[in-house]
Amino acid sequence: MPRIPIGATIEAFIDFLVSNFSFLTIAFTRVMEKVISFLEAGLLFLPPWLFIVIAAGLAFWLTKKRGIALFTLFGLLLIWNMGLWVATVSTITLVLIATLTALCIGVPIGIIAALNTGINKVVQPILDVMQTMPAFVYLIPAIPFFGLGKVAAIFATVIFSMPPAIRLTCLGIQQVPRELVECADAFGSNKWQKLFKLQLPLATPTIMAGVNQTVMLALSMVVIAAMIGARGLGGEVWRAIQRLQMGSGFEAGLGIVVVAIILDRVLQQVGTKKR
Amino acid sequence: MSEIPSEPKIRIENLTKIFGAQSKDALKLLQSGASKDEILEKTGCGVGVANANFTVDSGEIVVVMGLSGSGKSTLVRCINRLIEPTAGKVFIDNQDITALSMNELRRVRLTKLGMVFQNFALFPHRTVCQNTEYGLEIQKVDPAKRREKAVTALEQVGLKGWEDYYPHNLSGGMQQRVGLARALALDPDILLMDEAFSALDPLIRSDMQDELISLQESMRKTILFISHDLDEALKIGDRIVLMKDGAVVQTGTAEQILTNPANEYVERFVENVDITKVLTAESVMIKPKAVVFLSAHGPKSALRFMQKQGLSQIFVHDEKHKVIGYVTADMASDAVKRGETELHHIMQTEFVSVSPDTPAADLIPIMANLPYPLPVVGPNGKLRGVIIRGSLLAALAERGRNNNA
Ligand SMILES: Nc1ncnc2c1ncn2[C@@H]1O[C@H](COP(=O)(O)OP(=O)(O)OP(=O)(O)O)[C@@H](O)[C@H]1O
Ligand SMILES: [Mg+2]
Repeated sequence: MPRIPIGATIEAFIDFLVSNFSFLTIAFTRVMEKVISFLEAGLLFLPPWLFIVIAAGLAFWLTKKRGIALFTLFGLLLIWNMGLWVATVSTITLVLIATLTALCIGVPIGIIAALNTGINKVVQPILDVMQTMPAFVYLIPAIPFFGLGKVAAIFATVIFSMPPAIRLTCLGIQQVPRELVECADAFGSNKWQKLFKLQLPLATPTIMAGVNQTVMLALSMVVIAAMIGARGLGGEVWRAIQRLQMGSGFEAGLGIVVVAIILDRVLQQVGTKKR
Repeated sequence: MSEIPSEPKIRIENLTKIFGAQSKDALKLLQSGASKDEILEKTGCGVGVANANFTVDSGEIVVVMGLSGSGKSTLVRCINRLIEPTAGKVFIDNQDITALSMNELRRVRLTKLGMVFQNFALFPHRTVCQNTEYGLEIQKVDPAKRREKAVTALEQVGLKGWEDYYPHNLSGGMQQRVGLARALALDPDILLMDEAFSALDPLIRSDMQDELISLQESMRKTILFISHDLDEALKIGDRIVLMKDGAVVQTGTAEQILTNPANEYVERFVENVDITKVLTAESVMIKPKAVVFLSAHGPKSALRFMQKQGLSQIFVHDEKHKVIGYVTADMASDAVKRGETELHHIMQTEFVSVSPDTPAADLIPIMANLPYPLPVVGPNGKLRGVIIRGSLLAALAERGRNNNA
């Protein structure tokens, strides 16, 4: 039996895209790089102690939990103390941009999929593929389009972290009880009124769970993304691995854990506080 | 009940709803007379409503009744097209609802149709007041005005002071009332109420029924009320529509259905009802065999009428056909002996009378020691009929026999 040329076909397809469209994506990369470094510079412009106080205050304001605020305060102080401040800010910037992008694309797709069974049937298998495909694979096409660096890392991160945002948005809207949707219809609501006055508010906790997962997945990509030059905390870990420096590798890993816990707890609270 | 408006508010013509993929085949089978079970077996389709026909007049409360699964909810949902009918037509104010585009339909729902749901369907993320305002919000009424209307509606259903609570803070009965307020706040012409009181405990339920009846006296809405409780239907319904397996088996007033059940199914349905609560003076009265007029007749002619009809007493009318008194045979024959020519002197003007809607249960004690037939007098003072002890007992016995059969 002749070998089915799946790999070759994909390669040809990517090659075609690269040779015809990469000038666009490369231009986009140049712009994005400017935006990212501007953002990073902005965050680094604040003295670390001020940043840390603001972050702890924000955590308290969002969660109303003193424990989380204290953890934020001491966790970030520890990171600063370990000399990982710049790397952490870089990682946070990357995660922030990747998550926002993933949500801006994922939530609307989730809404559309929830309201349209035809589209849902197409979207679900694609999501399955996106979630089970090893994350490294996304790095390969990212490089020809975006070059080595942060933009390629963000691209791979967005694709890797988007599925839960789509899935849980879709689920949240589908879970709105049928009789409530019927009731909204009976009172003459149009599609938008139904969406904004009923479906989205009721789906919010589920969507927030999706946001949480998206953020966590984005964070879990930072080490992998470091392989194509994303630097940040992942970069520190990657360097430690290459040089077999157990201590500094552990420190950078601890930094990632601290950021992950802070983001997770804050987002969980925001998600469940809304009734 | 007596005046019939020229156009019904809602008219339902051959309405059919079949659930399932092969609804076309099922529809053909249904039209050729197949039963619900046969259709399910042959096509796998469920019949929700089968060829229903009836009308609801403006200002009338019609109660749709039937056992669980008889298609009541499906029927109301077809009226505002929450469920698309498979065949047949629904007219509201003579406008064919089934032919409307989605946008036109939304306008009709928005302006004419209020709905109260079997399972409340309150929005959990909105306060009681915000729930009540929902319809007005969709209509884009300005916030101050809609709050005002919502508060009034909540007051009507006895929920003043609960505006800023959430539905989960309320008991089932209170939630049901929020559902009612939400429909009332819109002030729609038509209220569709799907088992609106079924979640209430008997006491509150009875209160709510009374409340609905008194609200209805002032509002004069057209109400289609779904219920599977016959006592409730009898209490609030001007007319009752009885459904079985999706088909309408009988329509009529409470008395028509009780005294003249169309078939065994209806009979079984009604057999547990306490008949004396439902039968009214009107349904057990008989036509007076003869009356006399004060201006036209004297004792002599009165006596002759009574002898001819075998009566011991006769009612006297004035020239406007109002009952003003009665004369007994003894008094009349004494007067004839004395040579009197006027009824005036011998007429008894003190007498007990009842209105046509007096329940039969109340008639029995009144009749107990009444020496003459009980006159049934309409609101205009005219004699509608008389009740003799025999006719009352006969009517009750008749129903009793049917019930035990
Ligand atoms: N979405 C649906 N799909 C398939 N069959 C349905 C659907 N909705 C209702 N049916 C069927 O239609 C019939 C009528 O149901 P409906 O809900 O109208 O009954 P009901 O008279 O309101 O009963 P209840 O008193 O229990 O509320 C039932 O046999 C039911 O199985
Ligand atoms: Mg029902």
